[in-house]
Amino acid sequence: MANPPLIDIRGLCVGFRGRSGAMLPVLHGIDLQVCRGESIGIVGESGSGKSTLALAAMGYLKHGLQKISGEVIYDGADMFARSPSELAKIRGGQLGLIPQNSGQALTPTMRIGRQLDEALRLHCSLPEGAHSDRAIDLLTQVRLPDPAAILRRYPHELSGGQQQRVAIAMALAGEPDALLLDEPTTGLDVTTQAHILDLLRELARARNMAMVYVSHDLGVIARVCDRVQVLYAGETVLEGPVRAVLKSPDHPYARGLLASIPRLGDRSLPRALDGRPPAPGADRTGCVFAPRCALATDHCQTLHPPIITGEAGQATRCFYPEQTSEIDMTGSGAPLSCCAENSPLALSLNGVAIRYDRPGALARFMPARSRPPATVDDITLSLTLGETLGLVGESGSGKSTILKTIAGLLPPAEGTLTLGDGTALTPRVEQRRPDQLRRIQMVFQNPDESLNPRQSVANILGQPLRLYFGLKGRELRARAAELLETVRLGAHYLDRRPGQLSGGEKQRVAIARAFAATPEIVLCDEITSALDVSVQAAVLELLNDLKARHQSTFVFVSHDLTVVRALSDRVAVLYQGRLCEIGPAAAVYGAPSHPYTKVLLNAVLEPDPDHVPHLLTEDATELSPPACGCPFKHRCPVKIGRLCDTDTPPWQEATDGHAIRCHIPLQDLSKPDPV
Amino acid sequence: MIQLLLRRLALGFVTVWLVSVIIFLGVEALPGDACTAVLERDAHGEALAKCRADMGLNAPALARYVDWAGGAIQGDFGVSANGQDSITEIVGYRVRNSLLLAAGALSVGIPLSILLGAMAGLWRDTWVDILFSTGAIFAMTIPEFVAATILILIFAIWLGWVPAIVLTPADAPPLEFFPEFVLAAVVLTMIMIAHIMRMVRSSVIEVMASDYVQMATLKGVPYWQIVFRHALPNALLPAINVIALTVAWLLGGVVVVEVVFNYPGLGRLLIDAISDRDLPVVQAITMIVAATYVGVNLVADILGLVLNPRLRSHHMRRG
Amino acid sequence: MSAATTTPRRSRALNTLRDMAARPSGAIGLTLVTLHLVMALMSPWIAPFDYKEMNSALILGGPSAEHLLGTDHLGRDVFTRVLLGGREAFLVTGIATPIAMLWGGMLGVLLGLRGGWIDEAMMRLVDAFLALPGILPLLVLITVFGSGNEVLTPTLAFFFGIPVIRVARAAAHEVVARDFISAARARGHSPLSIVRHEILPNVTDTLLVEGAMRWSWMLLGFSALSFLGFGVAPPMADWGLMISDARVYMSLAPWGVLGPMIALSSLIIGINLSADALAKTLGLDQGRKAVV
Repeated sequence: MANPPLIDIRGLCVGFRGRSGAMLPVLHGIDLQVCRGESIGIVGESGSGKSTLALAAMGYLKHGLQKISGEVIYDGADMFARSPSELAKIRGGQLGLIPQNSGQALTPTMRIGRQLDEALRLHCSLPEGAHSDRAIDLLTQVRLPDPAAILRRYPHELSGGQQQRVAIAMALAGEPDALLLDEPTTGLDVTTQAHILDLLRELARARNMAMVYVSHDLGVIARVCDRVQVLYAGETVLEGPVRAVLKSPDHPYARGLLASIPRLGDRSLPRALDGRPPAPGADRTGCVFAPRCALATDHCQTLHPPIITGEAGQATRCFYPEQTSEIDMTGSGAPLSCCAENSPLALSLNGVAIRYDRPGALARFMPARSRPPATVDDITLSLTLGETLGLVGESGSGKSTILKTIAGLLPPAEGTLTLGDGTALTPRVEQRRPDQLRRIQMVFQNPDESLNPRQSVANILGQPLRLYFGLKGRELRARAAELLETVRLGAHYLDRRPGQLSGGEKQRVAIARAFAATPEIVLCDEITSALDVSVQAAVLELLNDLKARHQSTFVFVSHDLTVVRALSDRVAVLYQGRLCEIGPAAAVYGAPSHPYTKVLLNAVLEPDPDHVPHLLTEDATELSPPACGCPFKHRCPVKIGRLCDTDTPPWQEATDGHAIRCHIPLQDLSKPDPV
Repeated sequence: MIQLLLRRLALGFVTVWLVSVIIFLGVEALPGDACTAVLERDAHGEALAKCRADMGLNAPALARYVDWAGGAIQGDFGVSANGQDSITEIVGYRVRNSLLLAAGALSVGIPLSILLGAMAGLWRDTWVDILFSTGAIFAMTIPEFVAATILILIFAIWLGWVPAIVLTPADAPPLEFFPEFVLAAVVLTMIMIAHIMRMVRSSVIEVMASDYVQMATLKGVPYWQIVFRHALPNALLPAINVIALTVAWLLGGVVVVEVVFNYPGLGRLLIDAISDRDLPVVQAITMIVAATYVGVNLVADILGLVLNPRLRSHHMRRG
Repeated sequence: MSAATTTPRRSRALNTLRDMAARPSGAIGLTLVTLHLVMALMSPWIAPFDYKEMNSALILGGPSAEHLLGTDHLGRDVFTRVLLGGREAFLVTGIATPIAMLWGGMLGVLLGLRGGWIDEAMMRLVDAFLALPGILPLLVLITVFGSGNEVLTPTLAFFFGIPVIRVARAAAHEVVARDFISAARARGHSPLSIVRHEILPNVTDTLLVEGAMRWSWMLLGFSALSFLGFGVAPPMADWGLMISDARVYMSLAPWGVLGPMIALSSLIIGINLSADALAKTLGLDQGRKAVV
């Protein structure tokens, strides 16, 4: 390389002192060089130490962490050897950080204007008087509408995407040489994410900045980075150009990681990566990945592999880089279970509307017209036995709300729910009959929240078994052990508590609890979104397996179009609590499609350097659904006029069971690019 | 916002009204009434009947409640059990004296407790923190009459700086209370500092570990600017309610401390009234204390709403 | 962080005690409380004198080999009375605290789960009771019904249970918002079953720490009543009463107040230190999130 690196991290080891007093490392001898104008991605799963690395690049460690050895050279000196005042000058100045969750990283009691002004005062060379103009200029650069109004707002008054843009503007205030980005788009909607990434790419190019981009998402890395470094258990296992790494990675872990990502293109289950990374402080004599590696030999168990640089520029920590290509990266090959044709009805929703606001004493006497539109409205759906319906939409689309209503936790304001046998499903769960209760079970998004931390696994699984089947004592325990087997956990898990399980194991227990009732309908609310991608693949595989075995009906809610694609027979797309499109998965993901579905599909990122998302519309966040017309009218890229504002669009039947709710004729919606 | 304030205000009134009902019913349920208390051993036969008729005790309970509550709203609590002294007059001076004591303790205690709490929180687990936190546990737990007795033992008896026993009439000018005032204020200040300090400490620790303080550090904001601009405003918000509780406690007549130091405040009047079975006075004091409690908490709630932008617009959207 | 060991139910209390004792505050606190407990139980057998035996020759006598803490204004042995002076307090608060926690805790949890207008109305009532000057209801009831243990115990249990309602309700609210409650509701468990299996296990730690704190406050209240002359009746030995009596002669015989003051303070400090250590052991103190 001709020019010297801007940030040069050498042999960095960071750790914390465990309860026993021993030093437990979380980063093991990391080397990282970033040059001006270069963008490097740091990818890894939770616990890989990637965020710690990004913060360490600024000479900062979280409370409790200590540097063991190594150095972080910036501008000729070690960041860890600098005085606090020197550090304060560099941080926010030459080195800017964009945090993961700006909603929490902006001080809640300070207006945006004051926080931006603070950054300008500390790091900007302009005279004091020019600061307010500069602040507006910065907000315009990050494409925030009405910057003057934003300056007067408090952080919580902005949407997630807006907060993230403010954080970017704040980092730009110091005219940085390098940006450190710690998962800056995690938790944002797909369209917002695509917009922010676009913005970052442009800014980096225009200002010739270096970027260190930390993410768990290879799709994001593929979009913004030139090079990528893969971390596993605090160690670099692979480093190289993004294209080479994504096309044919030279390390088995990277290969496994890529294989576990569900793709939009093919409807097959991703391949799961079994096992879990070692805990900090575990024995690391051999290759850290050996216990999970398909290629591992005795050699790998005893010797720690060095970094070897291959021909394509990939530096891998593996003894057998040439053999990694033998690992199958295609889908798991597990036969996708599919529901039988013409199977009987399991559940239908008829004109369901749901409101969160309870009318106050006064509002009850007011005409219904003056009330705000319902959060979820006009949902008519039917589910056949054994089928999986995917519900997709961005945050606020009401997808989880519908699940809660089916579960009886949130009674609908209008409409009815009917079970397959024609009996009406009582709105409130408290009034449902035991057999109705048993037939519908729900799995929640975050197992940390949905499993009682004070109960043992046996007790957790015992709750439905006692309630529905009156099981007791040895019988109950035997059945609980059997259930654990079906989710591929052993009976030795019975006496553990949720706190002693990994994220994936917890979600398996939650799934086992739902199946303990031998339900007909299983409601899955974003059940993989709190999990790492390799663990997600395993859970998807398990669900597919259970689906085949139990002939249960699934309602699968997710914001992730690829995950829904992998598992669903039919898909329904929701926007602002209204259905836009519904139909067989292949039809919804193909053409013709609703403009909103198209926007969503085009914003999806794939771990493929050749994939380019298309941004069809602005990512403005809407707070409440419009009172009339098409719910998507404010953001629709192909809005045809007054009609969309005033009239609710009609359902148009495309093919068998595929319907789109839009004023635009079907043949126009079939065109590949409507803009 | 306005709607929310009105709601809080209404709830405050409901609470005060409930207190008045509880007190009235409580007094009703007690055996004996004002007449048995005044007449003592002569409380039988004609004398009792006459007294009851004179004091309007034969009227139905509801009528008497309305009569009493109506007077209380206008600041007229009737006459004391001996049938001569206006309660409003007796209580007036006592309220002033209690306020004086509270003002003394608060003016020193609030700033000091915030300072000590912030120091302990910022320098957590250092000797400063250990010293302050241990001190707080002692100050909080040692019974107030024990602390008071120790102070009297040291400053009045051994050092002789203040007189050990004073008897100042309740209606004396404020400056004459000085001797008993100082030690009483010291005891109260110690206790309130301990409570507020602990709250501020844990709040500061939580805020200093927050994402936004980390972000400010990585924005290059110097340490003390982080503390004063980013951390303290957020850390002190939850302290408002704790401060309100201590203020209410101080204004509500600190019975034991006033008795120990012979300080003619509301607390001592309450004890005296109970000993004398002077129920009208007890009722009056209770109403004043309860209204103060509700009022101070209301002010804290409103202050919290005004100072916390998150709460403010959260409720605005709903209200 | 996950530990692969499992803890059987019975030993959890023992483990907690051991972890508490490993902290300096817990070690000191538990020692003080244990000492006091032993003293309260054993004092009738180890006290050197009869607590009510007066000796007119020895009024306000100084400490001596025979009378370690001297004698009081009636010539009674102060050391004996200090040894015995905590028994009433222990007995009354020892019964009243669990009762207060139990009724306040149960009511609070039920209100927290149920919500609605009953909750709203009950909370106004709780507010009204909390707005009363703290000691007043106790004083009134005692003046009317006397200050025997049969009056003090239920009175203390009732009035100290009221603030517990608030604490338990807040703790239950936090739990009720979590998904495992929704999961239990969606399965169709009865409210009582949800309280028993899902909520109570998650609030007992909070209530335990709260109970320890309430115990120390109740002891404070109890001795304050005695001190004011509304509690334990003479000639019974009680610390609050002894301090109140001896205060008058403080300039002549300071040992008379020092003995009971040290005894009372050490017990209350001991309970508070234990509560502090318990909170830390159970991970309930704020601002101490674990690293990583």
